[in-house]
Amino acid sequence: MILSSGFSRRALIALGSAAALLAPALVQAQAQTVKIGLILPMTGPFASTGRQIEAAAKLYMAQKGATVAGKTIELIVKDDTGTPDVTRRIAQELLVNDKVSFLAGFGLTPLAFAVAPLATQSKTPLIVMAAATSSITEQSPFVVRTSFTLPQVTIGIADWAAKNGVKKAMTLVSDYGPGIDAEKAFKDRLTAAGGEVVGEVRIPLRNPDFSPFLQRVADTKPDALFVFVPSGAGSQFMKQFVERGLDKSGVRLIATGDVTDDDIVDSMGDVALGTITTHHYSAAHPSAENKAFVEAFRKAANTRPNFMAVGGWDGMHLIYEALKKTNGATDGTALVEAMKGMAWTSPRGPISIDAKTRDIVQNVYVRKVEKVDGQLYNVEFSTFEAVPDPVKAAK
Amino acid sequence: MAKTLPAAVVVETQAAAEPLSPAAFLVAKSAWRWPEILFWLSAFGLILLLPNRHLLLNEIAILGLFALSLDLILGYAGIVSLGHAAFFGVGAYAAGLLAKHGISEPVTGLVLSGAIAGCVGLLTSFMILRGTDLTRLMVTLGVALILHELANRLDWLTGGADGLLGVSVGPILRRFDFDFAGTTAYVYSLTTAFLLFLLARRIVHSPFGLSLKALKDNRLRAATIGIAPNRRIVAIYTLAAVYAGMAGALLTQTTQFVSLEVLDFARSADALLVLVIGGSGYLYGGLIGAIAFKLMKDTLSAMTPAYWIFWMGFILVILVLIGRDRLMAALARPFAPLLRRLGARRS
Repeated sequence: MILSSGFSRRALIALGSAAALLAPALVQAQAQTVKIGLILPMTGPFASTGRQIEAAAKLYMAQKGATVAGKTIELIVKDDTGTPDVTRRIAQELLVNDKVSFLAGFGLTPLAFAVAPLATQSKTPLIVMAAATSSITEQSPFVVRTSFTLPQVTIGIADWAAKNGVKKAMTLVSDYGPGIDAEKAFKDRLTAAGGEVVGEVRIPLRNPDFSPFLQRVADTKPDALFVFVPSGAGSQFMKQFVERGLDKSGVRLIATGDVTDDDIVDSMGDVALGTITTHHYSAAHPSAENKAFVEAFRKAANTRPNFMAVGGWDGMHLIYEALKKTNGATDGTALVEAMKGMAWTSPRGPISIDAKTRDIVQNVYVRKVEKVDGQLYNVEFSTFEAVPDPVKAAK
Repeated sequence: MAKTLPAAVVVETQAAAEPLSPAAFLVAKSAWRWPEILFWLSAFGLILLLPNRHLLLNEIAILGLFALSLDLILGYAGIVSLGHAAFFGVGAYAAGLLAKHGISEPVTGLVLSGAIAGCVGLLTSFMILRGTDLTRLMVTLGVALILHELANRLDWLTGGADGLLGVSVGPILRRFDFDFAGTTAYVYSLTTAFLLFLLARRIVHSPFGLSLKALKDNRLRAATIGIAPNRRIVAIYTLAAVYAGMAGALLTQTTQFVSLEVLDFARSADALLVLVIGGSGYLYGGLIGAIAFKLMKDTLSAMTPAYWIFWMGFILVILVLIGRDRLMAALARPFAPLLRRLGARRS
């Protein structure tokens, strides 16, 4: 009896101490996880943006492992359908319920605008992987961008046009933040170089029908037509451009890379051949990093990565590297500090985060649509090196 | 659509059992039943019970109020609208602009936004007096499209496609600040929805409400027994616009952001869908439908972020094919004895 009672007492003590040990272990396990809330439009008209970024982020985690500085990374993907109030609610729920340490994604400008105040209030880094209006990074000191800004990629094509004999140009842009940014940047740059913008056309963002606007272009007969439409709307534009016979009218088509996006350029057919664009990423970028990236992406997602995917990839890289720098600490202010000034070689080439503006500095390439191995690609032939966002640089 | 007996038939059957004066009939009709009390008690109970889902609950309350406002014209006056988001959007932008330009107290903003949406409702109501259902469908759709394009073009005022920035909403009644978990937001939206519901309930159970139902059943016949249709339709359409505007204002105030999506066709369609799920013509349809719709959306999109719309559509098709009434009857059958004991009546 005595033995058994002694035994049970010992068992009890053991059990108690085990529980005492276990409790903090559980708490620690929770503190060992760093959660990233990835909010993307996975359905609706901008679903391709969401799928590219999601695939790239998952690929990054699969390649680099889910552990950084002793912490386990957990990625939570949510669909916001491209509606700002939903984005905001999801972001708020991720912050309150899931206690995420990073908010990332944001397919469109208004979606990022809606969430920026939350980032400030909760001191959470907000990584913009897609949206491209210049002013987004000014909405909160916690916004860091790994995509691009429209003016950044637009001034290159304006310079190229001025050098290649374009005197009179027309602009055709989607009527929202990035489009207006692009229109202004192109006009300012071309005018400064001695050219002239003879007509400006803005088309609605939703359900665009280009033909009436293209008629105006055909009537004006400029040397070149500069186009910006968001990723995805490019193929429809190209189709109507040809239907109106503009490809044979001597009007040169120049654009930002969104129009001949890697996602859709091959399905445009030969009409796209020879289109000159400037952008920060092409799947045909000749570097070892890019080759490996494109190959792995193809294997994982069964499609060609586009500039959205590379934005997602670099966003994840930024998060990983910042966590390494802070040794796994998830204090938002320290993380943003760690991100400032960071530089690395991405599949798109050398990039860095401007310490002052938290915006990306990157090479912008001039490309021409050409056939490579039977598929259409944007082949880079000239480079503007380390371009910052010109709007914020001018301030 | 919920089957509701024409008012006259109800009067007859009840008169056969026990003769009721018209006033007593109206009083009996508007008596509170226990499921209603239970519904609102649990809605308010969720403030304490589900503290980490307040943001979703807030969205449900707002969508419920919006659908309720559509129910007022669809279920009671028989006006099918595909552009109800017009008033939602006007209210949302009004609240946003008021908050941006000085009037940051939410309740004041809410009332003013409702009034502004009501004015737009009053002005557009004259366009739906004539014509058949199809004409009205087109007119309401057109009004919403025009407002959407206006909001897009007037970017100096509305921010265009980028949305209205700089909406800062103060504490409610200068006392209750909006918190991060959305508790204040939910309490605020739910209280507003409840008060507006009480008013709607009072109105549809009044002689005015009954006359609307008569109009819905047969406008010509109602006119021959002395019910003037036009004034009544203008009145209820305006009221519905006020409700929708307030729902929009709630969305702006609780998210502190407005964008073109508040005027989207999808928003009008959502409200109709909610009424298809919940049933129209008994006021609770919008609220119950909103709960079912949002919960379905939330659960499905959490499970498959990319393919949830397929499942959503699938469930809706099943729901319509089988029929809501049959589905509900099948669900309620095991509880029938209990329900009878508690004296429930089918509404």
